[in-house]
Amino acid sequence: MREFIQFTLGGISFGMVYAAIGLSLVLIWRGTRILNYAQGTMAMLTTYVAFTVIGHTGSYWAGFTTALAAGLVLGALIERTVIRPVENKPPLNAVVVTIGVLVFLEGVAGIIYGGQYRSFPAAFSITGLHAGSLALGISLNDCFVAGAVLVAALGLAVLFRYTPAGLRLRAAAFNAYASRLLGVRVGRVLTLGWALAGLIGALAGVLVSPATFLYPASMDSIFVLGFTAAVIGGLDSPVGAVAGGLILGVALNYVGGYLGPNLEPIFGLAALILVLMVRPSGLFGTLVARQV
Amino acid sequence: MTMARHAGAALAAAVVIWALSVSLSAFRDYQMADVAVYVVAIAGLTVLIGQSGQISLGNGAFMAIGAYATALLQLHLNWPLWALFPASAVIASVAGVAVGVAAARLRGPYLAGATLLLAVALPYFATQFPGVFGGDQGLSVTVTAPAALGATFPPTRWLAWVNAATALIVLVLLANLARSRIGRSWRAVRDDETAAALAGLNVARLRILAFVVSAACAGLAGAMLAVYSSQVSPGAFTVTLSIALLTGAVIGGLGSLAGALWGSLVVVLVPTYVTDVATSHGLSGAVAANIPVAAYGVVLIAVMLIFPEGIQGGLRRFWGITPPAATTPLTRLTLRRRPPASEHQEEGTT
Amino acid sequence: MNRRHRLRLPALVAAVAAAALAAASCSSSSSAPSSSAATASAPGITTTQILIGSHQPLTGPAAPGYSEIAPASNAYFQYVNAHGGINGRKIKYTYLDDAYDPSKTTSVVHQLVLQDSVYAIFNGLGTPTHLAVASYLNSSKVPDVFVASGCGCWNNPSALPYTFGYQPDYIREGKILGSYIKQHFAGKKIGYFFQNDEFGQDGVKGLSYEIPHSQVVSQQSYVPTNVNIGPQVAALKAAGAQVVVLFAIPAFVALFKLASLKLSYNNPTLVASNVGTDPSTLAGLLVAFAKQGGATVSGNALTQGIITDYYLPSVGNTGNSWIALFKKVHDTYIPKLPFDGNVLYGMAVAYTFVQAMVKAGKNPTRADLVNAINGGLPQGPVVAPFAFSSANHSGVTGMYMGSIENGALVQKGPVLVTDDTPTGAVTTYTGTEQTAPASGMP
Repeated sequence: MREFIQFTLGGISFGMVYAAIGLSLVLIWRGTRILNYAQGTMAMLTTYVAFTVIGHTGSYWAGFTTALAAGLVLGALIERTVIRPVENKPPLNAVVVTIGVLVFLEGVAGIIYGGQYRSFPAAFSITGLHAGSLALGISLNDCFVAGAVLVAALGLAVLFRYTPAGLRLRAAAFNAYASRLLGVRVGRVLTLGWALAGLIGALAGVLVSPATFLYPASMDSIFVLGFTAAVIGGLDSPVGAVAGGLILGVALNYVGGYLGPNLEPIFGLAALILVLMVRPSGLFGTLVARQV
Repeated sequence: MTMARHAGAALAAAVVIWALSVSLSAFRDYQMADVAVYVVAIAGLTVLIGQSGQISLGNGAFMAIGAYATALLQLHLNWPLWALFPASAVIASVAGVAVGVAAARLRGPYLAGATLLLAVALPYFATQFPGVFGGDQGLSVTVTAPAALGATFPPTRWLAWVNAATALIVLVLLANLARSRIGRSWRAVRDDETAAALAGLNVARLRILAFVVSAACAGLAGAMLAVYSSQVSPGAFTVTLSIALLTGAVIGGLGSLAGALWGSLVVVLVPTYVTDVATSHGLSGAVAANIPVAAYGVVLIAVMLIFPEGIQGGLRRFWGITPPAATTPLTRLTLRRRPPASEHQEEGTT
Repeated sequence: MNRRHRLRLPALVAAVAAAALAAASCSSSSSAPSSSAATASAPGITTTQILIGSHQPLTGPAAPGYSEIAPASNAYFQYVNAHGGINGRKIKYTYLDDAYDPSKTTSVVHQLVLQDSVYAIFNGLGTPTHLAVASYLNSSKVPDVFVASGCGCWNNPSALPYTFGYQPDYIREGKILGSYIKQHFAGKKIGYFFQNDEFGQDGVKGLSYEIPHSQVVSQQSYVPTNVNIGPQVAALKAAGAQVVVLFAIPAFVALFKLASLKLSYNNPTLVASNVGTDPSTLAGLLVAFAKQGGATVSGNALTQGIITDYYLPSVGNTGNSWIALFKKVHDTYIPKLPFDGNVLYGMAVAYTFVQAMVKAGKNPTRADLVNAINGGLPQGPVVAPFAFSSANHSGVTGMYMGSIENGALVQKGPVLVTDDTPTGAVTTYTGTEQTAPASGMP
């Protein structure tokens, strides 16, 4: 029973990071119908920025905020330069372009920072918390990770539902043509969507890097699982991304704990195929009817 | 007639390859064998994406299946080369059926995601059952030139011959397939799925068939890889391989078999060339090794933004040839796509 | 048309055979007149240069840390070149990236052998990667010396006569760690945490030859691609392991420490393979957590007390003649790289190679190098003798136990040697270690 509690709580921390990546993927998908394969490496690069700032200033929070700001800028920059030309083209073009961005950013990080593992600090203590004498298997930092992602998700929800910018984002995603007619600057709105996704991705990067160490390929497996979480949850559902991330994180922890770490990717694949066979648009996704 | 034409072209190419293999150095022969592996894999992928419109990021996994099939059949049953290749293709296509059926209802990014995860997860089967698959160290594969060629026959030339011959046969078959009724049906489904269904085509079965064909090609390429590198292990089948196949297909020109050749040449030759240039400029080993990575990314982006039809499309335009309908690249089909507005409209509330 | 081509083939073969015969007669050292002039005695050897090649993971998952080894070897070669070279020849070391991908390894090794015509392949890194090319190198009769991997598979003189290992193989290491644990932790509960490949599995095999089975309460493995090792650490804690043996790479030794903090698993003694315990690498990985881990301590605090083994002098042992020599080389040629265990390893194996080349003679053929190593090599910088003979191609036969204190490895006992059989005993090495020559060249 003790193990079960530890596995459950331990899976939540990684699960929330997958949820954050999934959330940023959903954000981009809803706005531009593009799957951003470079999301993980963008987060890696912004984390390196934070690492540099922390190294110079000694302040974690300075690095943290710089990473988030860098995420905003990087997302907007990428959308404006390389994504805008492929937004209305067939989806394969965007797939290849985002893969190109992924590869490019990894190479750049390798050139600037080298390949060695860097130690990235955690925001709060990493020693385990206790409930009485029971070691819970999570730390204060894990709680911060979960909390930060939740705040970000809620913040996004508030933004979408209650602010004019959010309304514009939703309108442009729903019907770009009509929104343009109503005066919405669709281009700018899409850039904003990518910027926000960059922000969430950067958050995921700084939250998970203490546990993975920081190196050019550090976000690759996190991205794959965040992607899986988004697909399982349904690519047009932010709720699905968060739910998918949590479920995936905890479930993988059970598999790793009870069955063995080698089985985790295999299990992830099986779960994905299973979910998609039953619901091809994901658990919370809306079914797309085919026009006849 | 089509078959004769394709076979004739292949024969001419065979003569050229033979001439190259005897006149170039042993290392070039080795590179020819390497390129041939990618030609087969990329050809299968380019048919899948370009002709049938499905994106697969997991063909590296089918290569792994074909490679391990070759290694195991040779190890346990001692089959000769001419039996190993077709057997690996068949085994990989069985896997292709399984994946194709599971993914038949998936579209776009969902299909891409499922195939990506397949590429990520499959190597773990090798380490999960190390007794069968040799674990991390893998299995070795031995291939020797037949005694009839003489004891001093360079082994690399034999590899080049075997792989190049296989690649030519595969290209002829795929070219015939593209021109056949099946090829036309694929392109119909790719261009407008609903209309094709209304016209009586069995969309699901055609999609699965395309998957099977590309899996068979990838499996065969895996067998060729096993023979060429004389061993199979999970480290050779990472996601990087699947991405390399996709980028080779796109850079060469989607849907085009000649494009498969250009793409393979780029994927095999360019990274080493760029590293050599970087090291000769005195850059340290690690930085020099990362430059081709960054350059690769730039090339991908540039090709998609500037030359979406890839090298083959660029060559066609240069020679003023309009592409035959059979190979209209997927990336040019902007006219066929419905305007974004209606596509969003059919979905429910946000 | 075809017949003309067909007739050419036998002619071509004849020409190649004739050329081969001519080359063989030129390079046969016994028939050449004895002279002190340097000749082009083998592929890769010219009158002025020795060309050797290697495959190394410069990018990809194995690059961190390991990408320092080849530049370090190259630094020592440059030092040798600056001091006269070997018999007047300079060493040129070409190392190519294989990204730890075995199919790429085959590619670059073929390039080195067929296109660049290297004299030998030196210090090829990685077990699955090097396994892909070992048979090829042997069938092409290219010396394949000092493979950078602790697999026991390089000790195979009948099937791989041109291949030689270097570092102590993992079974030997497991036995030595195991015998230490058997002596000092009798009756305690032991747990294993190992990488799920032949590195970890061979290490566990070696441990099991020494540690009584009844003492082992849990064996947990990890895969390098999955950093979430919480479940494994929880399992070890639940089993009550008082000593945990780690056959893990530095990242996962560090992660083990971090996971232990999270699970409040504070008391086990850690005994780790030298693969994962380079003190500066570990401290570098843990430096960001030092403040949270305890009170106001440095990054080294989290590595304090880890027991490990080593087969070279400790990097922190500045009084040692080898460390002084290699530090000098490092400061001159690769000052930007940290002076850590990877750099030390690279230079040590380069030194051993130079020793072998000197022994191979004035105008060595490829066979001369192989025979030189088969005749045995002096220890040089390593603390225990090499096992090299015509019947044994494994490298260093043992190591000393030590622990990490204040960020440096401190030797805690004599050098222990053993073999890699289940019953071979672990004995104390009574010979002396060598000191570095004053010139820095063998």
